Order: sequence, then C-alpha cells, then structure tokens
Amino acid sequence: MNDMRTMDNAVTNETKITARDVNVHYGTTHAIKGVDVDIADRTVTAFIGPSGCGKSTFLRCLNRMNDTIPGALVTGEIKIDEADIYDPRVDPVQLRAKVGMVFQKPNPFPKSIYDNVAYGPKIHGLAKNKAELDEIVEKALRRGAIWDEVKDRLHAPGTGLSGGQQQRLCIARAVATEPEILLMDEPCSALDPIATAQVEELIDELRQNFSVVIVTHSMQQAARVSQRTAFFHLGNLVEYGETGKIFTNPEDSRTESYISGRIG
Amino acid sequence: MTDIPTDTGSPAERPAPKGGSLLVTDARTKRRNRAETRFKSYGIAALAVGVAFLVALLWAILSNGLTAFTQTYVQLDVPLLEEKLDKDGDRDPAKIAKVSTFGYKPLIEAALVDLVAREGLDTDIEDKALTKILSDAAAADIRDRVLATPDLIGQTVSFEVLASSRVDGYLKGRVSRESLARDKNLDAAHLDLVDALREAGAIEKRFNWAFITGADASDSRPEQAGIGVAMLGSLFMMLVVLILSLPIGVAASIYLEEFAPQNRLTDLIEVNISNLAAVPSIVFGILGLAVFIQFMHLPQSAPLVGGLVLTLMTLPTIIISTRAALKSVPPSIRNAALGVGASKMQAVTHHVLPLAMPGILTGTILGLAQALGETAPLLLIGMVGYIATNYPDGVAEGFLSPNSAMPAQIYEWAKRADPAFYERAWGGIIVLLVFLLAMNLIAVLLRRRFERRW
Repeated sequence: MNDMRTMDNAVTNETKITARDVNVHYGTTHAIKGVDVDIADRTVTAFIGPSGCGKSTFLRCLNRMNDTIPGALVTGEIKIDEADIYDPRVDPVQLRAKVGMVFQKPNPFPKSIYDNVAYGPKIHGLAKNKAELDEIVEKALRRGAIWDEVKDRLHAPGTGLSGGQQQRLCIARAVATEPEILLMDEPCSALDPIATAQVEELIDELRQNFSVVIVTHSMQQAARVSQRTAFFHLGNLVEYGETGKIFTNPEDSRTESYISGRIG
Repeated sequence: MTDIPTDTGSPAERPAPKGGSLLVTDARTKRRNRAETRFKSYGIAALAVGVAFLVALLWAILSNGLTAFTQTYVQLDVPLLEEKLDKDGDRDPAKIAKVSTFGYKPLIEAALVDLVAREGLDTDIEDKALTKILSDAAAADIRDRVLATPDLIGQTVSFEVLASSRVDGYLKGRVSRESLARDKNLDAAHLDLVDALREAGAIEKRFNWAFITGADASDSRPEQAGIGVAMLGSLFMMLVVLILSLPIGVAASIYLEEFAPQNRLTDLIEVNISNLAAVPSIVFGILGLAVFIQFMHLPQSAPLVGGLVLTLMTLPTIIISTRAALKSVPPSIRNAALGVGASKMQAVTHHVLPLAMPGILTGTILGLAQALGETAPLLLIGMVGYIATNYPDGVAEGFLSPNSAMPAQIYEWAKRADPAFYERAWGGIIVLLVFLLAMNLIAVLLRRRFERRW
C-alpha cells in the first residue's frame, strides 16, 4: 500500500446514482442483500471484494444488464439523476445509452475499428452526416487514448488489435454514445501490466467527464484509480467511503481482514 | 540453485532410482503402449473399411453410369420428297403437320437402304427390317426438324439419327450376338451390318447432351430418355424449399434462441423440433398427400407440392443448424451491443445474425441437398411414375404442371424392364451426385469465405 496518491483527493461532487435497499435474487440465490449507496458524479468509484461477493452483480444493476439474465430479480430503488431506472416507464435501451459499460474481456465487434466506435452513435442517431460521425469517432478514440495508435488503420478489423488496445477501443466505443456514467467490470483483468497502466491512466482522465464505477479484483488498482471505494462481502456492502480511508483506516474488521490479505 | 549435487562420482554409487531407470520401459508402460497401438489400428481398419465402401460405390456408379453419357448415332442422308411431305407444294405448316411420323418412315428406310448400297455392303436383311437398327424416335426427330424449317422439303438433308438401344448396347458392350439369340428386335446379321457401317464411319458414338438436357421417353425408347425435365422439376422444388424454409426456419430459430422465455412450452417445442428431424420422410409424404392434395386440392405430381412436402422435411434440419450457429456466437458480442444501447433486435440483426450466417447457410444448403436426394415423399404425391416427357411451358407451369424429380426419375428408370434403362439410372445418379457435390462445395466455400472475419 505504498501508492496512496488519491488519499488527499477530497470528494466534493454531487451524487449521481442513489441506491436504496437493493436486493438481487438469481433463482434461489440471494446475491445482493439490501445495498444502500450514493455514487458521486465525476468521480471514480471502485467496488472491491472477494470473488462471488456480488460486486459485478450490483454493477450490472446500474444499467439493467441483469434484465438479460433469465431468473434474475432486482428489487429496491436505484435512481440516476432522481429518476428510478426500474420504473416501468424506463426503457432499458435508452438507459444503456446513458450508462455505458466496459466488460471484463475486451469484446470488440468483429468489424473495423471505425465501425466499432461508430455503431453506438449510428443507432442513437447522434450524427447527421458522415463528417459528423467521423468527428465523433475521432473524439471517442482520442478519449479512449488510442487515436494515435489506430488513426492510420481505422478500417482494419478491431479484433486484430492487441488486448490492451482492444480494451481501450471498447472504452472508446462506450464513450462514443456520450454516456453520463461509465461502468467497468474488471476492465484490466485480461490485460498485462503495461496495458493495465495505460487503461488506468485513461480511467483517471475519464473522471473529468463521467461518473466512473469500476469493479476490480485488485486492491492496488482500486487504491490507484478511485476516489471512493465500496467493499462488498457475501452480498453485503460492508463499508463505503473515501478510498484513502478505506485502505488506511477501515472501520469494519472484515474490510481490514480483506485489504490486509487475511480473507478473500 | 544451490542444491545441485557436487558429487559427480560414478552412477553405481548412487542409490538406484525408485521406479527403475527411465531408459528401460517397464511392463506396465509397454502394456499401455501396446493398447494404444491396438486402438489406433482399429481406427485405421475402420477407416479402411469406409474408404473401401466408398471406392466400391464410386467404381460401381462410374462404371455403370458413364456409358449413359455417350450415345450411338447414325449419319443418314434422307431425301425429303415433296410429293410425300407436302403434296400441294405451298409449304403450308398446317398441311405439313398433317403428315405423321408414318409418312417419314419410308423415307428413312429408303435412306438407309441407299446408305448400305452406297457403302457397297452386302446383307441378307430385308429392306423393311433394316430400320431396326434405328430408334423409333428417328422419324419424330426428322419430322420436328422439317416442321421447324419447311424449306428443307425437296432437298436431301443429312441427319444424325439415334441408333436403336440394342445397337447402342452393342457398341457399349452390353449386347452381344449370343444375347440376341432370343431377341426379336435385332438379329446377329444386323450387328454385322452395324460393324461394317461403323468401319465406314456412318455409325459413331458421341457425347450425349440429350441425356442431360432431354426429356424422359416411353418404355420402348430408352435411347431417347434424358434427365433434363426431371432436373427442372427438382430445380422448381428446390426453389420452393429455399423460399419457404430459409425465412421460416431462420425466424423460428431466432425467436427460440434469442427471445423466447425458457418455459415448458418452449421446451416442448424444442423437443418436438428435434423429434421432427428424425421422422421418416415417407411420413411427410403421406402428410403432404392428405393435406396438400386431398384437402387443399393442389395439383398432383406438381413441383409446388413436392417442394411443400420437402419444406416440412427440411425445416427441422434448418432450425437445428441455425440454432447451433446462433448459439456459437459468443455472448460477449450480445453484451457489447446491448452495452452501447442497442435493442435486442438490433443486437441480433446487426451482430449475431451476420456472425451466424455462414453456419445458417451451410445448414440450409445441407438441408437442401438432403431434400434434393429425397425420393420417398415424392412416391406419395405422384412425382414418381409420371413420365416427364414435356418441358414446362413457363415459370408458373414449372411449379404447377406435373413433373418428376431427379431421384424419382432414377427410381422410375431403375424399375423399367429394358436393361438399357439401367444404364440411364446409373447415369442419373451421376448427375444427381454432381449436383450434391456442387452444393456441398458451395457450403464449404461459404464457410471459408465468411469465417475469415472472425
């Protein structure tokens, strides 16, 4: 724990996501048990915890990706900008344009780099013509910190990039639709240390424009990139607070055991 | 690396390795190796049996069927006498058409007698019996040519007419002088004449386009029979199958695989689709007879009905292969599309379907190939036994007028008495196999072509 540069990074931004008494059941499994959490805007919030603790499940509640899993039942209230996203009037497709997602394994479409990024803006009608679309694609790729590497081969297949480049392409694809929140489900677990460092640097930059929620297995990563950290254990949100505090002076004994390596 | 022994004394001083030296194979390992060798040899033996069957099959097909692709023709200079064919001399097509093939027979006979005389050949055969070396179809062929171009009347025109099937069989080695002993159609004397005419170049064997493009002929004229009309029947059937089964099959599979809730009803449907794929095709045939012909009163023997029945039979195959293709698209692609805010339908049509396409097309083509070779259901809707002697008049008639199909035509030939039809049946099998191989090749190429994008 020698990298504590985020320690003195005070969180002052207003709340973007409010979750109250969220429960998730998969069939008979009670995966998330009464989670209450407030996630701030323009902040990186990390979810940490041992495998199977429910951190990814909770993340997937935030853009209703759990809807696609048969047998998943979400109860409770999750509000984004004061709107309950589980309200029957909310169309999950519209929600997901607002809440982008980056997955554990880089999953570019087997199409060109350009088409990968342009797909979201196209289906949401964000560009009126080709020139505008080109502009959006370039902006997204710049935000994904991959523009310089791919600008000469935009029409090469996205699947031909290296793992780290693919993941940054996926991030660029997610930001291309101008979401307000970016969910990242262990975005670096399939990457080598150098690619991980690049993606982490990128996450720090994305904080300027988005509310980033990242699920990670690596406590060091949480400490490096996030301002706030939530520790999940067995479906419960055990402790939530400023990253510096969680890692140096946790209140709960379970948090302390986990970050010191005794459980997990 | 501090645990490397520094003692380099002779090996004898070291304690013997626990399991014996690695340089000596122990009995247990030897036994396992022997078992593995045996197992591999069983596999090779099984493969050899399979290859032997295949070679035997191909040899039988080719040796019996290739002769159907050549046919014996006689070069005849026929005097198209005006007084016989067009008494008034005004070339009125209606009047020329009144002269039946009987009117042409004496002309052909005269031409043949003239040919024998011109070549200086000596024969005991009566003039009238000479024409037995020619096909019954010869007069009809010449008449068709004259009707098409009446200006030929009055001239002596050189025609290539079909030899009779016995003469054809003699040139192909099927008929011998001994086998003709009890045959009323041809005598050994005829064969002597055929040999002489062949020397003179008036009789020769040539490639038989008529077999590939032509129509079926009646029982007495095997030399004229071709598979072309049945091929058209098969083509129209396949069009019906493709047009119906591809969209229905793909739509059903997409719904079941991507949208349908998992419950008892969908489970039941899935089980039944798998069961339908195993239902014998003749069951579909009798269903087609009951529903399409007896209840809906669609025409008998029509490619439309054949296509409908084969669609029923092909649908389960297409649905199963399409679902397998959809399943093989990784879920991460669906997640990626949903994650950027695509609707489920957009995820399917923009991403999943294009990736599943090679699998779907391969399944469809293999289903079509299966349908192309299917005979049993056609038995029941009357496409077997229909003598496909006429080309359909147009596209609509192609679907609705009675026709045969390639496998039905082969079956029809195989059950006829004249051994000359036997060769046609094998030849028909070659044509059918060429189509099936071509379709499988297309399936392989499609798969290769699209899989590169992965």
